[in-house]
Amino acid sequence: MKVTEQDVLYVADLASLELTPAEQSAMVHDLNAILGYTDMLNELDTTGVEPMASVSTIFAADEKGESPALRADQPAPGLSHDDALRNAPDTDGNFFRVPKVIER
Amino acid sequence: MKLSLETLTIAAARQAIQQKAITARALAEGYYTRIAAADETIGAFLSLSRERAFAQADRIDQLAQRGDPLPPLAGVPMGIKDVLMTRGLVTTAGSKILENFIAPYDATAVARLEQAGAVMLGKLNCDEFAMGSSNENSAYRPVRNPRDTTRVPGGSSGGSAAAVAAGFAVATLGTDTGGSIRQPAAFCGVVGLCPTYGRVSRYGLIAFASSLDHVGPLTRTVRDSAILLGVIAGRDPLDSTSSDVPVPDYTAALAQDVKGLRIGVAEEYFGEGLDPEIAAAIEQVIERLRARGCEIVRISLPHTKYAIPTYYIVATAEASANLARFDGARYGHRACNAATLGEMYRRSRDEGFGPEVKRRIMLGTYALSAGYYDAYYLKAQRVRTLLTRDFQQTFTRVDAVIAPTTPTPAFKLGEKSNDPLAMYLSDIFTVTANLTGIPGISVPAAAGGNTRAGPPIGVQVLGRHFDEVTVLRVAQAIEQDRG
Repeated sequence: MKVTEQDVLYVADLASLELTPAEQSAMVHDLNAILGYTDMLNELDTTGVEPMASVSTIFAADEKGESPALRADQPAPGLSHDDALRNAPDTDGNFFRVPKVIER
Repeated sequence: MKLSLETLTIAAARQAIQQKAITARALAEGYYTRIAAADETIGAFLSLSRERAFAQADRIDQLAQRGDPLPPLAGVPMGIKDVLMTRGLVTTAGSKILENFIAPYDATAVARLEQAGAVMLGKLNCDEFAMGSSNENSAYRPVRNPRDTTRVPGGSSGGSAAAVAAGFAVATLGTDTGGSIRQPAAFCGVVGLCPTYGRVSRYGLIAFASSLDHVGPLTRTVRDSAILLGVIAGRDPLDSTSSDVPVPDYTAALAQDVKGLRIGVAEEYFGEGLDPEIAAAIEQVIERLRARGCEIVRISLPHTKYAIPTYYIVATAEASANLARFDGARYGHRACNAATLGEMYRRSRDEGFGPEVKRRIMLGTYALSAGYYDAYYLKAQRVRTLLTRDFQQTFTRVDAVIAPTTPTPAFKLGEKSNDPLAMYLSDIFTVTANLTGIPGISVPAAAGGNTRAGPPIGVQVLGRHFDEVTVLRVAQAIEQDRG
């Protein structure tokens, strides 16, 4: 077992997830099963192999190595204030309203 | 004029409207009638958008009445996977956390379809946040396979594939992060295309794994797939990952024969675990392509078995970051009476997310956490490079690769739902296209296509980056040979 109950609690905290005790023990089991399977990657010697974060990096850059995805930084209309607030669970009419943020 | 709504294609629908054999409104009504009669069993649609559909249909009918030329998708009834935003309509991503979320804008792919005249019938069921291979992870209800309702339709675009197979729409949009268009297409006996990474804008797609997510069509025919790709492909200033590589005329390219094409067959795709009926069906496809004058080349993709573990680390890592936005503050479900902000985040996410989504967030967060980042995430990214090199080398020798879409036909509901790893392994032939960004299509392989007895079998055609033309040509040859 690589992943312990302690690890699950720690990671759940990082991910802002609250797990019930039943969910915690199921998660210990599932994460161990899946991570155990991924261990096969260690059969491969990847010394000197560049990590690949995205496919774009292999064909998006031009001859100068710059991505054509970059455009001029010009202001343009975005989502309206009303549209942005429309799905909010709670607002004061201008801002999103949330519980106090002093204590986490 | 009597149109068969179950077999109607895009070109036939448009032509019937142009010739005033049927109105776009009547066509939409015809599909709504079919949905009302049978979707309680199938569960393909999560919501219907009659007002929007009929407004568009009436616009098309006015054009047709005046005898004006009709746009390419005029009056074509379509459904949209519910991970794509549709302005003013509820967009749930198959999740309770977005149960009441009304999209503030349209996804670019949706907007382009409507500009081309398509009629949006409604939003299609899917696994929650597109995470799943059976559609059993929908927070609303599972989808059943129209070909055999005891079986799953595949996932995550299960509703999109089932709607086409059941004759609830002429075509649909799905998304594919690890096989989510191609695998359900194979299970339901329809055509599913996952285009090259960057070919189709993802603006307005609720992100799962941004380096792997694709938008693409599910259709009855390869030609319809080509038509839809032509409409949705191309640079979008609103998606910085969309490519400005020119969009060719995909339907014109279908006229070209496949004779002389070099077709790769990888030994790694025909090993242990492949259903013998599927293996036999793919062998038959290969022999028929050979008979057409294709050169069949035995190839090796040596890192194939590492694709699933690579995929589930990369995909979950990206998902854990993308899904951090669901915190109950600005949209989506918020837990009641939380005393602090942290409690609001944790409880909103706990109440809003289903078990598979939590599992993937946990896995991804673990793989990115201090002390494990190098061992898992960085390692997987390096293996991703090796997988990409496999294909780069292969495509210097061949023009396309033929593979099974899935190791087994559609499985029964409940068969794999308690074993996440077994479920993940059903994506074994599809995840490499996502990891390497190449295009792939699944087309029904066995004789009879949509009407053959027994569960459908899909064959996959993979091609070079931005070479959908060759992928579609080979797929069409397979479709014609199938009879």
